[in-house]
Amino acid sequence: MGRFHRHDGVGHEHDHEHEHDQPDGLDHEHGDHSGYQTGTERVQVLERIFDENDHTAALNRADFDRAGVTVVNLMSAPGAGKTALLRETLRRLRGELRVGIVEGDIETSIDADRLAGLGAAVSLVNTANGFGGECHLDAPMVRSALPRLPLAELDLVIVENVGNLVCPAEFQVGEHVRAMVYAITEGEEKPLKYPVMFRSTELVLVNKLDLLPHLDFDLAAFYTNLRAVNPQVKVFETSARTGQGVDAWCAWLSAAHGERLRRDPAQAPA
Amino acid sequence: MHELSICNSIGGIVSKHAAGRQVQIVHLRIGKLRQIVPDTLVYCWSLVSEDTVLAGSRLEIESIPAAIHCTRCDHDQVLTEAIFVCGSCGGSSVEVVAGEEFLITSLELAEA
Repeated sequence: MGRFHRHDGVGHEHDHEHEHDQPDGLDHEHGDHSGYQTGTERVQVLERIFDENDHTAALNRADFDRAGVTVVNLMSAPGAGKTALLRETLRRLRGELRVGIVEGDIETSIDADRLAGLGAAVSLVNTANGFGGECHLDAPMVRSALPRLPLAELDLVIVENVGNLVCPAEFQVGEHVRAMVYAITEGEEKPLKYPVMFRSTELVLVNKLDLLPHLDFDLAAFYTNLRAVNPQVKVFETSARTGQGVDAWCAWLSAAHGERLRRDPAQAPA
Repeated sequence: MHELSICNSIGGIVSKHAAGRQVQIVHLRIGKLRQIVPDTLVYCWSLVSEDTVLAGSRLEIESIPAAIHCTRCDHDQVLTEAIFVCGSCGGSSVEVVAGEEFLITSLELAEA
């Protein structure tokens, strides 16, 4: 056995044959001593690759719970209208809920700037990393944004994820609710093409509904596809442009926050 | 392209378990419901491991099909498309029983 061999209950197997006739604990070597490798040893690991992210997500979640904040991870494809819808959301929630935004953006502060002046605390996370930028927010990125938010003075934090229908679905950030903005300009088949994302969400805001008369979009076919991948999903039909459905979405957010505080009154702000 | 940051996570776990020994193969188990592209992951691994002690190691990926279990009629089935509806009773109260795996199962280390 090599000196780094573990005996901590993690199984191991050898795919080469040699005698283990010396007692364990002795610092001996096998094979020749020329540095030429005579074999390999297989060591069992069985470790989940997202454990590190999920551990940080749990820390975020604990901070949110301690502050009595309800956190929504808002995801969508690029251009689905997340920021426009958020602007309308902030206008309506002003005076009702104290809102903070974690804004994920690969390179710019454009979206953060669009959200300024609406009464919300905004913390921007640029995800550029030298390789063209990350395509999602992960738990450590959200954690890095938290010191710039007055969590104790907030009721609701909306994490505006990077526009992408693939990667954000894989990363928990500590949220209580996952919500998606889907624009009807994206086509009816999207739930079937991106089932992991559409399955991971509790709620879909079907947005840009004001464009329906101008498109060949089949709303019923979209709902059939959506229910095929996520039968329980809740839906709001919205238009940031006309304001349709935004009141209902805001009422849902308020109710979700109230419900959370009722379930755990210890978290209600004093 | 989250494969790059995932490779960084894999590198951290592998280094911890290898404890300084030379790594030849990293065995991964990836469910079909994971948004991971195996070829991209392999390519990113070569980028991330280059110029590190993990250089020269490679990923071996075991792909796991997605499977669901119907909680109404107890029917089990493997999914070939992303339709989460029971093929037997047509119900939608199904749970995913396979396909969400994403873990490092084992390492092949050079004998010290």
